[in-house]
Order: sequence, then C-alpha cells, then structure tokens
Amino acid sequence: MGAVLMAVLGHNPWEAFTGLVAGSAGTAHDLATTVRKTSPFVLTGLSVALAMKAGLFNIGAAGQFLMGSVGAVWVGIQFEGLPVWFHLPLALAAGIGSGSAWGAIPGWLKVSTGAHEVITTVMLNYVAALFAGWTVFAGSTLSTTRPGPLWDPTAGPVSVSPDVLASARIPWILGPSLRIHWGIALALLAALLVWWLMERTRIGFELKTVGAKPLAARYAGMRCGWTTVLAMTWAGGLAGLAGAIETLGVHHKFAPEFGGGVGFESIAIALLGQGYPLGIVLAALLFAVLDAGASKMQFDSGVPSDIIQVIQTLILIFATAPALATWLLNRVSRTQRAAAAAPGLRA
Amino acid sequence: MAVVTQSTARFAAGLSLLLLAGAFLVEYAPFADIQPIRMLFGENVLNFALRAAVPLILGALGGILCERSGIVNIGIEGMMLAGAFAAFVAKNATNHWALGPSLLLGTCATLLTGAAMGLLHALFCLRFGMDQIISGASLILLSMGISATFFDENTVAVGKLAPWPVPLLSAWPVIGPLLFHKPPITYVALLAVAVVGFALAHTRWGLRTRAIGEHPRAADTAGVAVLRLQYLNTTLGGALAGLGGGYLVLEAVGQFQEGMIAGRGFIALAAVIFGNWHPVGALGASLLFGYAQAVHNELLLAQAPFLPRHFVSMIPYVVTVIAVAGLAGRVRAPGSLGQPYLRETEA
Repeated sequence: MGAVLMAVLGHNPWEAFTGLVAGSAGTAHDLATTVRKTSPFVLTGLSVALAMKAGLFNIGAAGQFLMGSVGAVWVGIQFEGLPVWFHLPLALAAGIGSGSAWGAIPGWLKVSTGAHEVITTVMLNYVAALFAGWTVFAGSTLSTTRPGPLWDPTAGPVSVSPDVLASARIPWILGPSLRIHWGIALALLAALLVWWLMERTRIGFELKTVGAKPLAARYAGMRCGWTTVLAMTWAGGLAGLAGAIETLGVHHKFAPEFGGGVGFESIAIALLGQGYPLGIVLAALLFAVLDAGASKMQFDSGVPSDIIQVIQTLILIFATAPALATWLLNRVSRTQRAAAAAPGLRA
Repeated sequence: MAVVTQSTARFAAGLSLLLLAGAFLVEYAPFADIQPIRMLFGENVLNFALRAAVPLILGALGGILCERSGIVNIGIEGMMLAGAFAAFVAKNATNHWALGPSLLLGTCATLLTGAAMGLLHALFCLRFGMDQIISGASLILLSMGISATFFDENTVAVGKLAPWPVPLLSAWPVIGPLLFHKPPITYVALLAVAVVGFALAHTRWGLRTRAIGEHPRAADTAGVAVLRLQYLNTTLGGALAGLGGGYLVLEAVGQFQEGMIAGRGFIALAAVIFGNWHPVGALGASLLFGYAQAVHNELLLAQAPFLPRHFVSMIPYVVTVIAVAGLAGRVRAPGSLGQPYLRETEA
C-alpha cells in the first residue's frame, strides 16, 4: 500500500523500503533509536486507549506530555545533592503529577458542565504549548516581557531550560554511546500496570462499564462522574510520564520544540492496538520503526520523510475500517479475473 | 428546541449590536481617545474580529450540515487544512496567470478538495463502518501528512483577494467599512449563514435533513433517502469547511504555512455546539471567538507590560473552553448524532 503510494510519486519503493528498514534496524545505533522512540509512543498510546475505554476521546496527550516535561524539568534542575534514588523518582512523579492535573481538567469540565472533551483537550493543548513556551522563554529586548522562570540565563537569547542535574537523569542501559535509557522499561511496566488495572481490578471494570454502557453503569450504582475524572487523570498521568521520560532520559533539558511528534500519532497507536496494552506496545514499535527509518529513507531514496505520516494514517484507516480492506481486495480480485478472462474472449 | 434556538439567535444579535454600539461610541463620543476603549471597540479590533470569525463561520456551517444529518464531524480541522493547502497549490501553480483567474481557480480547488474530504468522511462512516470520531481524526491526520509531504517552503504564492466595496452601503459611517468593504469570501460566509439558516428551517431539504438527524428510521419510513441525503450534506459541509481554510490562504494571509489552521477547526466545532447546531447561533459564537482573537491581537500590539505574550495568546483558547463549559443543559444535539443508521435488512 505504501509502496503503491511511493511508486505513484515516482520514487523507487524498494529503495525506500530498504532505507526504512536500514534506518530503523540497520546498525546497533539505528536499533537503539527505534527503541528510544518506542517509549513515548507506548505511553501516549496507553493514555489515549485508557481514556477510550472509559468512553472518552483524549486528543490532549500532546498537552499533557508537555506539562509532564515541564514538571519533570522543574524538579530536575533544582535540589542539588539529592541521591539518585530519591531525586529521579521525585522528578518522574512531578511529570506524572502535572500531566495528571492537566488531564483532570477536561475530565472535570466534562462531568461538571458537559463540555465535550474533544474540544477542551485540543484547546488545552494550545494553552499547554504556550505555557511551556513561557516557562523557558528567554525574554525579549523588544518588549518589557521578563524571561520565564525555568529559562537558563547562560543560554543567551535561546529559549531553553538549564540541564537537568545528573541525579535526576534516567541512566543509560548500555552505556552513553547507544543512547538507550531505562525509560523503555518504565513504559513496558506502565503497559503491564494498565493491563492489570483494566482486567484485574474493580475500578478497571467500572471504568470499562462506564465507557461501554453508561446507563447500565448508572443503574448499577457506579459513580460515572468520578470514573470519568479518574480516567482522564490517569490518561494525563501516562502522557505526563512520557514527557518526563523524554526530558529526563533523552534531552536532559526542556525546550519548546521537544513536544513535537506525540500529537495525533498517539490516537493512531491506541486504535491500532485495539485498546489492549500488548497491542499498543506492538503498534508503538511499528510507529517507532517507521519514524526512525524515515530520515534514512529520505536520504537513500529521496522520498520525503513526512510521507511516513501519510502511511501511518493509511494503516490507521485500514485497521479501523475493515470493510474498506475487504472491498478493495474484492475489487482487485475482480479486475484480475476480468484481465484473465479477456484474452480468452479475444481468442 | 425553539426556545433554545431563539436564545442563541438573540445572543448573536446582542453581541453584534453591543460591538457596533461600541464602535459608534469610539467614533463619535468625546471620551473615545481613552486607549482601553479604543482597543476594545475601535475599528481595527472589530475588523480583525470579523476577519478571524470568517473561517470559523464557514467551518461551523460545514459542521452543522454534517451534524444536523446525524454525522459527528471532528474533522473540520482536517477539511480546512486540505482546503487551505489546495488553494495554495492551485494559486501557486498559476502564479504567472492574471490574478483574477488564478484566485478563481484557487477558490474552485479549495471547494472541490473540501467536498472530497466531506465525501471521504461520509464514505468512511457510512459505507465502510468506521467510527465517526475516528474517521474525523483520520481526516485530520491525512491532510496533515499530505500537506507536510508536498509543501515546499520555498514557493511563494503571489497576491490575494482584494476588498470589493459594495456601492452606496460602503459609504455609511462605521458600518460601511466594517461590513461592506470586504473581500468576497467574507460576503460569501455571511450570506451562507442566511442561506443555510433559511434552508434548514423553511425548505423541504431542510426538513428532511433535520428529520434524518433526529430520527433516521422515521424519516426512512416516510420515504426520505437517508443515506443519500447524508452523503450530500456531508459533501456540501466539507466544501464549506474547505472554503474556510481556503479563505486563510486566498484572502487573509496570502500564503500557506504548516500548522496555519492552528485549532480553528476545533474552535469552529465549539461554535457549532455553542450555537446549538443553528447557523445564526454559530455566527454569534464565531463572532465571539473571533473577537477574542482580535482582543488578543490588540493586546499583543499594545505590548501590555503586565502580561507575558504567551499568556495573552492563550485568550482565544481559554475563551473557547469557557464558552463550551458554560453551557450546561442549554444546548441539545441532534437526536441521532453519532449513531450510524442501519436499515433492519442490512443490520
């Protein structure tokens, strides 16, 4: 499917494909990139999926991710002299906490006023992006606006936070050269935790019931409103953890442009994983492969790397509309049959 | 329903009158030079408010056509983006033409592309059984991916639509320059509100559209071709939403940038809800949101020293959240919104 798309655009699909594979798994370094990109995808995918189980469409993962990054950096750049075993969990908790709080707002708004979460989460994404930008804003000589509270004065005119202290960084798994960090373990742990919550606990059952059959849940005496807020809070926490892991594990500082890449992909991943944690991990891996391989593909075959986004969307469309795939296959086989029959007719 | 519709129309009329009264005050009253008043009611800010409202009006009308037929449309953002990009591509390819035909071609491209997006939404939802919210999200992803892949930052479109002053009317004080000295798409948007509002309420098409949105089975029993009308309305709605995006390229900015829709599709969706799925109500909501953007703009220009610009830029988004949240129990969605209609023989 993707190959057809590229062939139509006049590129060699095979070259692009080998570039894609080589870029995501060709060398140990490329493989490491793929692994590194997997963890935020897993966590934000889980975030969307968890909210979806409760009947909520969380488009706000990007904003919750940013708030988590800011929270984690805020703790990570201060408290010098703390031991790692205390400082790192504290910074991660700050990320989870601020992401949760940001997620809780649309949940609470939905329950108390009926405001649709699709609109509120998107609007809060923009607010979060502006807020995060302000925290590290370098100030401006043109106006009297003062620099943001997390800005690094030694960075001059660049809007960036100071480096996170060594005691708050997520350690590398196989030394610093490969740049894989333990965040992937945290992400897998979170997937396990979500699975356990949804399948093995009472609150998970309530959450799914509220999502699937709200009226039945109400008759059964479940607290629908509270469950909604809780689901959005957890969803925010997961996305916040993703932001914390990216800042504490990869960048070691925060700049406004680090939020990119977790917007609508998280929705696609959650849907592709059919809402199940294991499925989400696999879908996240697929998206990480595509993402990591994209730049190599562009370099090798000249196919613009943005096309990956189109391919991801096509995957999403075919996964969520099975009738479309069946229809296409029928069409193809019918044309083939017609083509096979044609020479016979002529003879 | 009638009572609610009246109240939203009254809100729209009230807001417009308030702003106009303010504009007259600024023009004629002795205290007009007080800066905050000029900032809130001056000709600049009102002009900008209408400018910012036009894409919201068109997007909201597109959403209304779709949702009154019973199909949820969170993909307005994607339709607008597609429309904007199509306008840019067409305009750019014909840069060497005379300005008029080139702009006309851009307008046609934006309408056709929007209609195609609407048709795609209908196909996904009605033919291929995709969830309506997921279909909307994939429209957004698709147009983001396609525009990012093909957008060449070095290309520059030349020229944009100029104002067409209405004879006589444009000479009126205050009202003339505000309403009758505008480029054509602005007139189209305002006319479209009247046309769609009248048609929904007073024509056979409108009655049937409302019927399939409220109770498709009853409409089907009465002999209305439910699916055909849903296809038609979603396609028309897509064309309107696409024009909302095209407006940004052809009339407001003159260029295309990635991310230029900046949540306007979702704000338009908020205007649909705030306006209680009624064109006049949506007009009022769009004016309110456009006005919020205009005030934000004025505050930025004035470089208000008491607020960092990041917080000023939050105003439009926060106003949208407050508006959607402040409506508990006061709006009512079409009865069958979001439930795909299956005839019993097909189910």
